[in-house]
Amino acid sequence: MNRKWSAAALAGALTLAGCSSDLPTTQAPGGNSESAKAKSEFFDQSEFERQLRFRTAKAVGLDSQDGAAKPWEQMLEPQLVDTAKYAKPGGGYHLCFSNASVDNPWRQVGFKTMKEEVKLHPEITKFTVLDAEAKDDKQISDIQSLASQGCSALIVSPNTTATLTPAVEAACATGVPVIVFDRGVKTSCPVTFIHPIGGFAFGADGAEFLKEKVAPGGKVLALRILPGVDVLEQRWAAADQIFSGSQVKVVGVEFTNGDAAKTKSIVNEYIQREGKIDGVWMDAGATAVAAVEAFQDAGAAIPPFVGEDQQDFLRMWADEKMTAVAPTYPTYQWRTPVIAALRVLGGKQVPREWVLPQPKVTQDTLKDFIKQDMPPLHYAMCGCEGMPGYPAPWK
Amino acid sequence: MRARPRLADGTGPVLVVLLILLVVLAFAGPAYAEPSGYLALLKRAAPLVVLAVGQYFVIVSGGFDLSVGSLVTAEVVVAARLVDGDDANTWWVIALLLGCGVLVGLVNGLITTKLLVPSFIVTLGMLLVLDGAVFLWSGGAPRGALSPSFRVLGRGSADVPVLGQVPWSVIVLLVVVVVAVWFMRSGTGRMLLAVGDNENVVRLAGGRVDRLRLLAFVLSALLASVAAILLAGFAGVSAQVGEGLEFRAITAVVLGGVLLGGGRGSVVAAAAGALSLEALFSLLNLLGVSGALESAVQGVIIIAAVAYAAHGAGLRQILRRPVPDTA
Repeated sequence: MNRKWSAAALAGALTLAGCSSDLPTTQAPGGNSESAKAKSEFFDQSEFERQLRFRTAKAVGLDSQDGAAKPWEQMLEPQLVDTAKYAKPGGGYHLCFSNASVDNPWRQVGFKTMKEEVKLHPEITKFTVLDAEAKDDKQISDIQSLASQGCSALIVSPNTTATLTPAVEAACATGVPVIVFDRGVKTSCPVTFIHPIGGFAFGADGAEFLKEKVAPGGKVLALRILPGVDVLEQRWAAADQIFSGSQVKVVGVEFTNGDAAKTKSIVNEYIQREGKIDGVWMDAGATAVAAVEAFQDAGAAIPPFVGEDQQDFLRMWADEKMTAVAPTYPTYQWRTPVIAALRVLGGKQVPREWVLPQPKVTQDTLKDFIKQDMPPLHYAMCGCEGMPGYPAPWK
Repeated sequence: MRARPRLADGTGPVLVVLLILLVVLAFAGPAYAEPSGYLALLKRAAPLVVLAVGQYFVIVSGGFDLSVGSLVTAEVVVAARLVDGDDANTWWVIALLLGCGVLVGLVNGLITTKLLVPSFIVTLGMLLVLDGAVFLWSGGAPRGALSPSFRVLGRGSADVPVLGQVPWSVIVLLVVVVVAVWFMRSGTGRMLLAVGDNENVVRLAGGRVDRLRLLAFVLSALLASVAAILLAGFAGVSAQVGEGLEFRAITAVVLGGVLLGGGRGSVVAAAAGALSLEALFSLLNLLGVSGALESAVQGVIIIAAVAYAAHGAGLRQILRRPVPDTA
């Protein structure tokens, strides 16, 4: 009897262990119990409209050099602020960077791009990076530790928005110019906050494409990574908004956990269940290839697809002559914080909120982004092809 | 031990559960009206069944193997890097993966038997070590690619006379189950079961308990490598491929009526447990139940099945008692 009970206790412990290891590593504020409810709590009409407007707005180059500016040097509707109080002429800068993590291919490509950008500027003599390994508490202590290392400027890519806000405020209070990018913080103390247009625009790019390509009454399957992460919730909220105003029928919204095998099983089950799927929308492209393969393996025609700018998907798109679109969350945004830091230290103006253009890969531009010699998970929109070290560091 | 019954103790209930699930599937989804739907289900279930068979060997001998999920992830990531999209590399990389599996199993088994660390702790440690090693090596983003020939086992089909196209993974699944059944009916297999029941008796009878335990861990890790090859073939490279698989495999084994702590249960039931679990998830999906429920369902199954095993004898008596009373 005794042994049986200990076995039962062990199983209980196992259950707990299994559950806790299943928790998503990227937590974000907000609940997740959304299903077929009316409208997502993450939907914000005015922000949605602002982002859709940004997609067609004309970007401004730095120091009004409109034509020549690269996308990572462009700004949308900038409100420039003076940075004279941070000016520190003479070079010999010590640039510091508190990174949320490098635990996915997007952050890997981005971080490599940032390191190469730093190499382009001889006035940066020291570049200190602390990796928070996707832990809020580690990032808080990282920021504190950087505050005592004599940084000329501090770049922060926050792990989560709300939790990191006090740490960023404390860093601002030391007088060092702070530059935040990717995810934001809930304080206006950083000199600038750099990000591409955003999740609503990303989600809308894909949904509008399907609205146009899928016949009225067609069945669309929406695949999401996980609930509760604000950037991903925004993508879906925008797509949901656009689908609800269209003739297409969303037959399923499923979470894949970013797992290719699970994605493939889900798509396979939907093909069996619905008989035919006429379009696939995804909130991120990491498992897009697995989803396409599910159609191939089932012997079904590949319907219009929404992916992302990873090489494996782009190659599949071209090889299979798919009808597809790839919205992007450009990795070139990792170049901009370095450029911004140098401008601030040079006393030049930067926008308070630096909104970068967020292009999408379409049928017409597809061949420009396919790079056969790059790894399958490389993000095409890295803005790195012209950099001196290319392509070795990204391989 | 009593004389060998036709079906080992605990096999009956899970087969009934499986049968019910398959019949309900046929009503719930039009795709299951034909054999191809079930073949697709078998193909999806193949890696889990293979893992469950491996886990069965360890559990029935009185241990746990929590390292299989992270072993699968590690092997898939390593395979992608080493194959690098070149068909010429396929076969030696497959051999290397199987070799690595044996090595991991040996380490698990030796630490458990020689250093007397409980297998729960050893394999939990191995899980963390492999997870960390994969992250350190890949930085969270797998590099390289699998070759088309590597993916055939998980993705492709073979032409079988009479049956037509049968996925390779289903053939691998059948081979693994048949060999496992044969093994459990051999002398070594029976000894393994006896070790889980009462290792002192086996030791006094001259059985080599440590060797048998070691064998169970090696088989588990080896089959995890097979599952890794199938999964990589099925879905391609991903750093999340093995997440939670150890838990699923244990759920499957427990669902098959195998006693945690060892000594009782059949390998067919464990395989049927894995198939039932996969069929259940497919059914939940067909009925439109959110995928988020999967973890909850697994938790309930584990607790219910273990509770049933702990009280099973008493329950059966209670259920039977009214019969003579009313007669």
